[in-house]
Amino acid sequence: MLPKKVKKRASLLAILLFTSVIGIFLILNALNKNILYFNSPTDIKINQDIDFDKKIRVGGMVKKDTLKIKDQEIRFIITDFKNEINVSFKGTIPNLFAEGKGVVAEGKLQDKKFFVADRILAKHDENYMPPELKNIMKENAK
Amino acid sequence: MLSNTGNFLLLINIFLSSLIIYSSFKCLKIKNNIIFKNIYQISLMQSTLVLMCFFTLIAAFVVSDFSLITVYQNSHSLKPLFYKISGTWGNHEGSLLLWVIILTIFSFLFLIFNRNHPKNYRLYTLIIQNFLILGFLFFIIFNSNPFSLISPIPKEGLGLNPILQDPALAIHPPLLYVGFVGSSIYFSAAMASMISNYSGRLFAQSIKSWVLISWAFQTLGILVGSIWAYYELGWGGFWFWDPVENASLLPWFAMTALLHSLLVLEKRNTLYFWTIILCLMTFTLSVTGTFLVRSGILNSVHTFANDPSRGIYILIFLSLMIFASIYFLFSKYKPTNDLINSNSKETFVLINNWFMMFYLVTVLLGTLYPIFTDAISNNKISVGPPFYNSVIIPVVIVFLFFMAIGPQAKWIKNKFSNLRSTLLILGGAIIINFAIVYFLKSYSLISNLILISSLFLIMSSIFDFFKKSRLSFPRIVSHLSFGFLILFIGLNHNFSVEKDFNLKLGEAKKIDDYEFALLDLKLSQENNYKAVVGKLEVNNSNTMKRRILYPEIRIYDNPQTLTYEASIETNFLGDHYLTMSNIDRSEYYNIKFQHKPLMIWIWISVLLLSFGGFLSLFKNAKNN
Repeated sequence: MLPKKVKKRASLLAILLFTSVIGIFLILNALNKNILYFNSPTDIKINQDIDFDKKIRVGGMVKKDTLKIKDQEIRFIITDFKNEINVSFKGTIPNLFAEGKGVVAEGKLQDKKFFVADRILAKHDENYMPPELKNIMKENAK
Repeated sequence: MLSNTGNFLLLINIFLSSLIIYSSFKCLKIKNNIIFKNIYQISLMQSTLVLMCFFTLIAAFVVSDFSLITVYQNSHSLKPLFYKISGTWGNHEGSLLLWVIILTIFSFLFLIFNRNHPKNYRLYTLIIQNFLILGFLFFIIFNSNPFSLISPIPKEGLGLNPILQDPALAIHPPLLYVGFVGSSIYFSAAMASMISNYSGRLFAQSIKSWVLISWAFQTLGILVGSIWAYYELGWGGFWFWDPVENASLLPWFAMTALLHSLLVLEKRNTLYFWTIILCLMTFTLSVTGTFLVRSGILNSVHTFANDPSRGIYILIFLSLMIFASIYFLFSKYKPTNDLINSNSKETFVLINNWFMMFYLVTVLLGTLYPIFTDAISNNKISVGPPFYNSVIIPVVIVFLFFMAIGPQAKWIKNKFSNLRSTLLILGGAIIINFAIVYFLKSYSLISNLILISSLFLIMSSIFDFFKKSRLSFPRIVSHLSFGFLILFIGLNHNFSVEKDFNLKLGEAKKIDDYEFALLDLKLSQENNYKAVVGKLEVNNSNTMKRRILYPEIRIYDNPQTLTYEASIETNFLGDHYLTMSNIDRSEYYNIKFQHKPLMIWIWISVLLLSFGGFLSLFKNAKNN
């Protein structure tokens, strides 16, 4: 028989370990489910196995003369100058959203050509560009 | 001129810090319990001079001395005086100076307010704190000097980012800094405690007030930042799990855990090393947060001009801190007899700590994960609110139950004699919950559980208040207001109404119970911005209430920026919140309307939460 003290300590440690493992598992599991991948229209075109149920972010430029404003929704085309994708969006439109400017939209793909966004990311100044976008622009410039 | 004064004061401060370290070491060699008089004097002088240094910078902002780069980049001669002053700490360089002020003043106050503790402990705290001060002073001088000159001298400054020109944001940084920079003092004290072998109960007493101060201010700082985000960013929420918000929350979790484990150390003289780890962790997390925000690794609403060299400096400093902490922890660690009865208040405190660590790890992982995946796989990802909500909300339910039961447990060995009243309270909570659900008609399992658990905590706390002596009043205030906070967040979340739509001038639209009409658009010219002011009529066909709201789009001149100005009608039952934005210069305006019930009570709950901390502080000061 182990002394009572040791037993107690062992069981305390066991509980601590057990709960921590469960906790970490929960966190990682939720993380896996809820991360948003950033894609350019080209990424979407190339990608063979797209999970249409998963939320993603799409970034690029709002193509000129493609913005259509309706009652409760707007439609536009995001382009990375190689490929493009149609976007439909309902919700709050940031002030700095404009044709010919950078945009990041969050939502789900309906098919490879059509994206339903539920959020357009707010940006705070005109010079700001999300780093993801900057990379795309850089690659395209090459 | 001001630049020279400022630089001179900075250099003197470096000299004084070094002098304090030198005299403290000299004083340590003498075997008595008296600290040299001159150490007090130098420390006082150091605090005075660092304040003068800061006032010099404020003066430069007030007179718009554009020969200083910092002033040039962050101010404008036409800016209102109040924002000239608040601009001083609204930028990277100035805020670092504020950082050093708090380090220095806390160092001095800790020295004079702990006279009944041993000399070695106090001196080592002073020495370590001054190493921290030196670290940041060098950072300021070599990398982020607010007194750097620019030539030729520009005629006009670039102006402060308009979203920062706001009263809430003027006081937000100082409050938050007292919180997380204030935690430096118990970082130093924890190190000193290990070096000078001054452990246990007395150590707990010496840092308790400081933990309470930093916790209460941190809470206030987070509150003010959150209120600001609510009305200024125009998203209509109060918490976005933005990396910067997370950076302020991480030390808060560590502080809260520390606050509780400190009770055990004070009353029962156990958990010493765990408490030390928490002390070290709090300030380390504060610096980590600063590193993440200032280095530009993470994107967020805080638009500090980024500069990788800053990141590297803070990273080196951070590594040194962590390395030193771990070194002392390992070299001083003695297995102690932390035997705790499984049914006792101690256990409940440990449970609290477990939850705090769980929240901490969740938020830390969520914040850092995108950086890791980017570095490892080059995948650009982001982690949004759904992650935090799905992890934290279910856990909060269990947490609230423990939070209600825990304080009633007794030290050492507890017996649950009041099982019946607990069950009674639980029954009451369930009934109230269903009453709410019945009258307001909304249902989801999680939200029911949130309401039940928070009501349970609220009622238990009120029950406690009538049973117990006034001694535990501060605790009851904080626990009660936390219960209310979760309750109001739950209700707010469940019964919020949000409508987004596009309108042209003169158009009207009916959506569900609401009818909206954009009656008028006016251009107005203010002191430092132009504004398009909309006049919107909102009719609620249910309550027959008619509201007129005036949202604005502001165009600031220096620097040129567009911002929303939400129109918010607040009363005790809830907020009506409306923002308007023009869609790409077309005739359409995008309107976001929200009804947010009980909004003001969320703020009040957090205010009370922090008030509980202050109450506890006064109680503690009175007792010692």
